[in-house]
Amino acid sequence: MANTYRYIGKATPRKDAADIVTGGSRFLNDIKMPNMLYGKVLRSPHAHALIKRIDKSKAEKLEGVEAVLTWEDVPDWRGGTPRCTRILDRKVRYVGDAVALIAATNEEIARRAIGLIDVEYEVLPAVFEMEEALKPDAPQLYDEFHGNVVTPGVPFFGPKSLQEVVMGDVEKGFQEADVITEGTFGYENIPNPLPPEAPGAIALWEEPNRVTLWVSNQASYMDKITLFHVMGRKVEVRTIGGPCGGSYGSKFMSWQVQTYATLLSRATGKPVKLIFTKEEHLAAFTMRIASRMTARVGMKRDGTVTAVSGTWLIDTGYYSMTTQSQVAVGCGEVQIAVRCANWDLKPKIVCTNRNASGIVRGFGGQELKCTLIPLLSLAMEKLEIDPFQFLKKNFVKPGDGYFWRDGIWYTYRGVDFSKAMEGGAERFGWGKKWKGWLKPSAVEGTKRRGIGVGVHGNADIGEDASEAYVRLHPDGTAMLFSCVTEHGTGQRTNFVKMVAEVLQLPLDNVSITPADSLINPYEFGPAGSRGTYAIGSAVIAAAEDAKRKLFELLAPKLQAEPSELETADGVIFVKGHPEKKMSWKAMSVDRTITGCGRFEPDYTLSNCMMTFVEVEVDTETGKVTLCRVVNATDVGQVIDPLGLEGQLNGCLGSGGIDSALFEETILDRSSGHILNANMIDYKWRTFSELPPIDHVVFETPIPSHRFHAVGVGEIATSPGPAAVLMAVSNAIGIWLHEYPVTPERVLKALGKVRPRDRKGGVA
Amino acid sequence: MKGIKSRKIRLVVNGHIHELEVGGRPGQIKPSHTLAHTLRETLGLTGTKVSCDHGACGCCTVLMDNQAVLSCMTLTVECDGKKITTIEGLKDPKTEGLDPLQQAFIDHTAFQCGFCTPGILMSAKALLYENPLPTEEDVKEALSGNFCRCISHYQVVRAVMSASEEVR
Repeated sequence: MANTYRYIGKATPRKDAADIVTGGSRFLNDIKMPNMLYGKVLRSPHAHALIKRIDKSKAEKLEGVEAVLTWEDVPDWRGGTPRCTRILDRKVRYVGDAVALIAATNEEIARRAIGLIDVEYEVLPAVFEMEEALKPDAPQLYDEFHGNVVTPGVPFFGPKSLQEVVMGDVEKGFQEADVITEGTFGYENIPNPLPPEAPGAIALWEEPNRVTLWVSNQASYMDKITLFHVMGRKVEVRTIGGPCGGSYGSKFMSWQVQTYATLLSRATGKPVKLIFTKEEHLAAFTMRIASRMTARVGMKRDGTVTAVSGTWLIDTGYYSMTTQSQVAVGCGEVQIAVRCANWDLKPKIVCTNRNASGIVRGFGGQELKCTLIPLLSLAMEKLEIDPFQFLKKNFVKPGDGYFWRDGIWYTYRGVDFSKAMEGGAERFGWGKKWKGWLKPSAVEGTKRRGIGVGVHGNADIGEDASEAYVRLHPDGTAMLFSCVTEHGTGQRTNFVKMVAEVLQLPLDNVSITPADSLINPYEFGPAGSRGTYAIGSAVIAAAEDAKRKLFELLAPKLQAEPSELETADGVIFVKGHPEKKMSWKAMSVDRTITGCGRFEPDYTLSNCMMTFVEVEVDTETGKVTLCRVVNATDVGQVIDPLGLEGQLNGCLGSGGIDSALFEETILDRSSGHILNANMIDYKWRTFSELPPIDHVVFETPIPSHRFHAVGVGEIATSPGPAAVLMAVSNAIGIWLHEYPVTPERVLKALGKVRPRDRKGGVA
Repeated sequence: MKGIKSRKIRLVVNGHIHELEVGGRPGQIKPSHTLAHTLRETLGLTGTKVSCDHGACGCCTVLMDNQAVLSCMTLTVECDGKKITTIEGLKDPKTEGLDPLQQAFIDHTAFQCGFCTPGILMSAKALLYENPLPTEEDVKEALSGNFCRCISHYQVVRAVMSASEEVR
């Protein structure tokens, strides 16, 4: 079908492109203000301890130090779900927990002041293992969480917030099965999404109760709302979002660093900039949740899943802000990927004495699928079912349904993704390469190749509300008011494209406001893959509303009905009579016209990504090389082809496919220290190791979006890790149960190295 | 500061001469200051980004006498007499027009969040000075010290190749 749009689906330069390539983009740390102070955090060396005494007098006397705050100095502001985690507490719960905040005239003085604070701790026993934390005599992290089990449920999702997948009759399901398998798989390597720009904030407090924050975040309006609640609902918060140097979910929630900066500004009356070091970023900012599933699966010969029953343990680290949300969405997502009538899958979120887990692309679903797809594979292996056919058959189809995050049942009304999946399989050559379970696709000497496939879908593309305004000016320009920051997806430009398409204006004549909560309406932000459908629909509605008002105003002057009018390039004309026209100037030079748009949540649509991988395993060294990746999806309508390609290429990084190959945060489980909190020891993919990558993108129009598009960016990372585990297991003929597939794990599976007792190290 | 003679160093940054005093007072260059710090904090050239501050990620790459260096691992006092080019100096100084590499990055959307892009552009520029007609493998090798988490790599390689093809 020929693309008749002026901009939609066409490659157009990003609005911020010139700034990015000339160094003109002002990221958070590039902002300086008069009298600005620099903040630093003193962090705990102990995984679990009570602060018995703090002497900050020496630090306070250091010239240039303007504030030193400890738990005794700060209000009882709390984060977490439920809100139990004090911003500074008398108790520290992980190595790196904040003990004191310092503001000084420069960073060097602030750093020196840290060393002058004398803290006496009473060290408490710590716990680093989920199973250990659940034992009756385990150290307790919070009085509020008995047995270290975090209270389930998310108030924001409503009273029925999804906490588990329970439906049908699993016993009956198991009776109907041709085969029943069980096992345990863990995705517990807690990779860090690791955006290049470290988390930070600049705060300016104004008495008695107002704070302005410059933030580098994925969803700056939500920062305002989160902080309002953290700060006891007594502080008026304004957030100003700028370009965000990578987030991948993680910077959706930066309440701690933002609150630290706020407290220091409140104490000094001056603007305070606080930017984490890379070590703090890796060891004291959020990473992926750890996931371990033990379950029984019943399956019929034809690939029908008859029952899934088991436990899903989730390690959230020392607190949870969003883990319950991730569990709720993950529980929804699993029903989208696996059609099954009988479920009894019980999640349990556990607190341990390590750094906290938070949001990363995949949002619960990736973590769940990395353990459930291998469990299903054990049954597929017994029944000799091709995993591609299985995943295609069991992915949600129009008319199927699922309980979504709010606990309400929704009937899916989107497209059948089978065609896109088949397109991907064809491009990859799945049919020729698949030789059966635990069989390599090729063997050459000591090198063995294997293939794997994974799938992921998320009904978050229509999640949460968005609002936007579009203001028309007599000079033939328009301005979009939307509280969206640019975190790399190009969506700020895409929304401008949507406005320009509706109003038929040159792209240069449409601008977008800074992501300032003072001037823009409510915006949940480009979380998950909701940008294109949810935010896009609000933006489109605002542009359409503005256009309607413009036509109503000028119709009498053209002696026509509003419905007979059209506009292009700042000129209004009567359809079919282009000579009957007038410029937007006719609205009068002292007038603007503002249209409003709002999107209401809609959980009846899902996106889909299927990822095929081929790996080569060197059976001598255990090294696994990723040889090829094919992603397959259907986006309804491409908005920006180069931007989409970038999002799909992103499947490798930010705790995606590479979290199955080599990425891991290494926690010393005797001391609680993270051993690779720097970018030399934390492994990442370099330019010289790029596998061939291919994207098969279908465009089946979605009727309920003006441009028939759905978002897909978030989920690119999610199907890959399970596919890698499957591919390596097939290559060597032995099931691997843990991520990442390090040489050590591969050689251990092959019986070439003895299992090492790493009691002090990572599992 | 004791033991450090008061002296001046001379840097040519993006064609402009900067005479900087070495010393411990505010506004002076301390012997411990990195080139990244001097560029960003003293000269206000914030286009150069610091990510790992550890010499691992290539984000802070600038050119010293047309060769790529990590400005977070280079002490400013070692740069006396050197010609430094930062991302702000990549434009043609006479016409103010974009360097063909910059234009190619725009045309290929060879970035996502854009934080690592200045460092990648400077590494690529150093490569093209040394080897105006690189192969794809040369480009990947030259950029192998540059971290990008969004995975702009594929589009970057295409952009650098297309910029070099203009020379061909």
